[in-house]
Amino acid sequence: MADTNPIKQFEIHEVFPFEAFGLNLAFTNSSFFMMLTAGLTIVLFTVAMSSRALVPNRAQSVAEIIYGFVADMVRSTAGQEGLRFFPFVFTLFIFILVANMLGMFPYFPAPGLHSFTITSHLIVTVALAMLVWLTVIVYGVFKNGAKFLRIFVPSGVPIFILPFVTLIEIISFVSRPISHSVRLFANMLAGHILLKVFAGFIVMMAAGSASMGWGELPGYIAGIFPFAMTLGLTALEFLVAFLQAYVFAILTCIYLNDALHPGH
Amino acid sequence: MTHAPHSEVAQHVADAAADHADSGVFPPFDPTYFASQLFWLAIFFVILYVALDRFILPKIKTTIEDRRDRIADDLDAAAQAKADAEAAGEAYEKSLAEARTKAHVIAADTRKALDAEIAKETAGVEAELSAKQNASEAAIRKAKDKAFAEVRGIAATATAAVVAALSGVEVSEADAGKTVDGLIKAKEA
Repeated sequence: MADTNPIKQFEIHEVFPFEAFGLNLAFTNSSFFMMLTAGLTIVLFTVAMSSRALVPNRAQSVAEIIYGFVADMVRSTAGQEGLRFFPFVFTLFIFILVANMLGMFPYFPAPGLHSFTITSHLIVTVALAMLVWLTVIVYGVFKNGAKFLRIFVPSGVPIFILPFVTLIEIISFVSRPISHSVRLFANMLAGHILLKVFAGFIVMMAAGSASMGWGELPGYIAGIFPFAMTLGLTALEFLVAFLQAYVFAILTCIYLNDALHPGH
Repeated sequence: MTHAPHSEVAQHVADAAADHADSGVFPPFDPTYFASQLFWLAIFFVILYVALDRFILPKIKTTIEDRRDRIADDLDAAAQAKADAEAAGEAYEKSLAEARTKAHVIAADTRKALDAEIAKETAGVEAELSAKQNASEAAIRKAKDKAFAEVRGIAATATAAVVAALSGVEVSEADAGKTVDGLIKAKEA
């Protein structure tokens, strides 16, 4: 039955408990959707590329288009050397994209019976953003040594404002994982809440109409308006689901570019 | 639907509010499952990364490259075939031009040879004819001379005979001949 609580979609349900190192590592519906994201990606790509035809069929075309899309993204923002991170960027992009798209199902044969958007939990996006941030630092220092520090000292800046610019650059670098993770998390969270709030209005209006003694029907008829809104927001959320995966991936490329070419 | 008690929907709204109140913590900020999420994220992200990096992406890469190579090869082959065709066309044009030139040369040579032969034969025939003409003229002159010589002899004999008959004077033929010669000379002068 309809449930008007817009927060319910973010709830985590344990499927089977698992504890290690004194931590609660239970397999939950979140873990289930992570498994589904990875598994679906692997299965779909494997099936799509199974024929490896010279003239691709529809599925193979899509796989190749995604490949080309991410490869072009990496090449245009991080240069030819950036392609060494191509599998990493591709994995991030496709993981977030598929996870966001799976989150678009209102109901799902999963624990709790509701769909679950992995990226609507801050801890997940923070983990992914920190992974990118640490990769940039580790690879940047490994490849450039002390020259990596030049990312804080942009060239062509007048000497008297250089300390100020360097300070800004340091703050900007340190805050990267925050902005990187919160952007994705907040977009997914806010969008999904909005979607469920408007969908909930339909049920609420029916209940409100009933409590006024008019029966549920007038409420359901008036519910056309929040329903139209929900429809529009669903389309918007599909766009956001794709766009946030793209934004996360392209920001990853831009940050990796700093590790590859510091001091631009 | 019309039979659905009003209280049921209202109850759901109330339940939802109660759920919200019960959980206390907003789920995305509930630290209960932070460790679990990180743990399973690491596992599935690494599985996905390895599967993509080791198997799927190389497969797509080789498929795209194979196609690109194949297209490049086909284009090369087409360009080669075109170049071959053009070369064959040029060779044909060249041999045609050569043949034409050769034909001109042969025609000119033949004409020259024929001209020379004609000239030679004409010259031969003309020489022969002029030789024959000369011989004929010589023969005529000879005959004429001979005839003249005979005419003088006859004239001398006739003169001697006429003189003898008219005057009875025997005139030797030699004297008569001198006279005839003198007459001929006077006539010719």
